[in-house]
Amino acid sequence: MLRIAFAILWSALISVVALPAVAQTTPDRAATGGAQTLSDILARQNQMTIDDGFRRDNTGAPGAAKPTTEPLGTLGGTSDPDLWRALRYDSANIRVSAGGDVAATLVQDGGMAWLTFREGPLRTYGGWLLLGTIGALILFYLLRGRIGVDGESTGRTVTRFKAIERFAHWMLAGSFILLGITGLLTLFGRVGIIPLLGHEANSILLIGGKWIHNSVSWAFVLALFMVLVMWVGHNVPNRGDIIWIKQFGGIIGKNHPPAKKFNAGQKVIFWSVILFGGSISLSGVSLLFPYELPLFAKTFAFLNTTGIPEMVGFGVLPTELAAQEEMQLAQAWHAIMAFVLMAIVIAHIYIGSVGMEGAYDAMGSGEVDEAWAHQHHSIWLEEEKAKAPAQTPAE
Amino acid sequence: MKVMFAGFAAIFVIAVAADFVLDDIGFAAADRQSGPSVRLGDGD
Repeated sequence: MLRIAFAILWSALISVVALPAVAQTTPDRAATGGAQTLSDILARQNQMTIDDGFRRDNTGAPGAAKPTTEPLGTLGGTSDPDLWRALRYDSANIRVSAGGDVAATLVQDGGMAWLTFREGPLRTYGGWLLLGTIGALILFYLLRGRIGVDGESTGRTVTRFKAIERFAHWMLAGSFILLGITGLLTLFGRVGIIPLLGHEANSILLIGGKWIHNSVSWAFVLALFMVLVMWVGHNVPNRGDIIWIKQFGGIIGKNHPPAKKFNAGQKVIFWSVILFGGSISLSGVSLLFPYELPLFAKTFAFLNTTGIPEMVGFGVLPTELAAQEEMQLAQAWHAIMAFVLMAIVIAHIYIGSVGMEGAYDAMGSGEVDEAWAHQHHSIWLEEEKAKAPAQTPAE
Repeated sequence: MKVMFAGFAAIFVIAVAADFVLDDIGFAAADRQSGPSVRLGDGD
């Protein structure tokens, strides 16, 4: 199920960023000797998909050229227009003195699709997702108010999270907030910062933001690994989760369903952080080491073997991608996943702070009142109490 | 609170260390686009 969901997301992503033109009709180009026609130009202007193979593959035929010793013999068999087409479609034999193989790509038209996506849908939908989440939480707070603890506090506390758990949590949280803010500044700086504060301020924010984003990312990866190791055992779904979900976890209504150390809602947060955070980390490392860790061509090849992209109408995904295209897809994927995780984390921050009385103590001091523990994690509390006598040294 | 600030301090330490290491192994994006015939930010 998860694999199918990912496949759909991948497919949606490449449809906006990198899908090549697809043949719709094959116009008669006899009148132009095979060159593009007015209908080709009009179709392009109307943003219709056209098969550009007649230009892409028309890059000369040196092998078929007559030798210079024969009448009408040429010096090559490749004309200037043939060469320019080869440059346009990145099939010319280019040698460069700097920049490595990737610098031999002089024209990469996927870049425009990526830029358009980044400046358009990514900013628009990503921005509204975050604002919508914040708005929904404010509305929820106004309707529901703060979730309190029923009855008096007992004065007895139980250790909810050990120091190492809280350390990893705050390292993950702190790094994610820094990465989120710097990522948003990078994406929205041109439209949000420059009009307000000017180019100089945006430049400073971008340079500083880039350093923070690239360097702090490693702390995020390490903390992500730590929480995975420490908490994965507690986050395996079980039958109790169904009861918790049926009662909306006590968030809506007055019931307080039983839960172990992590309830179903927290498990959703945990797996979201692990899966989205893991995907963000992987694409981030790919971006941090440009051209060294291409991810998409192989992923597309795998997805093609499943037949899912064709099944959902995207055809066969491209498996030969320019190095730059890999980076563009990695950036787009990185940002989409980050927006989704930011929205989830905003909700998590809400419920862990203003949304629920006593929730912050669990990660603040690590100690929670037994009344709170009984209300939100009754099974876990019983387990902890059962463990306690065994930990008392024998007289 | 101490643990929280320890976590934040660890972020800073790791970030500074990562910056040194990445610079040292030459994996800045600018370096990857460059070559021996290009001088990047050496101030000469």
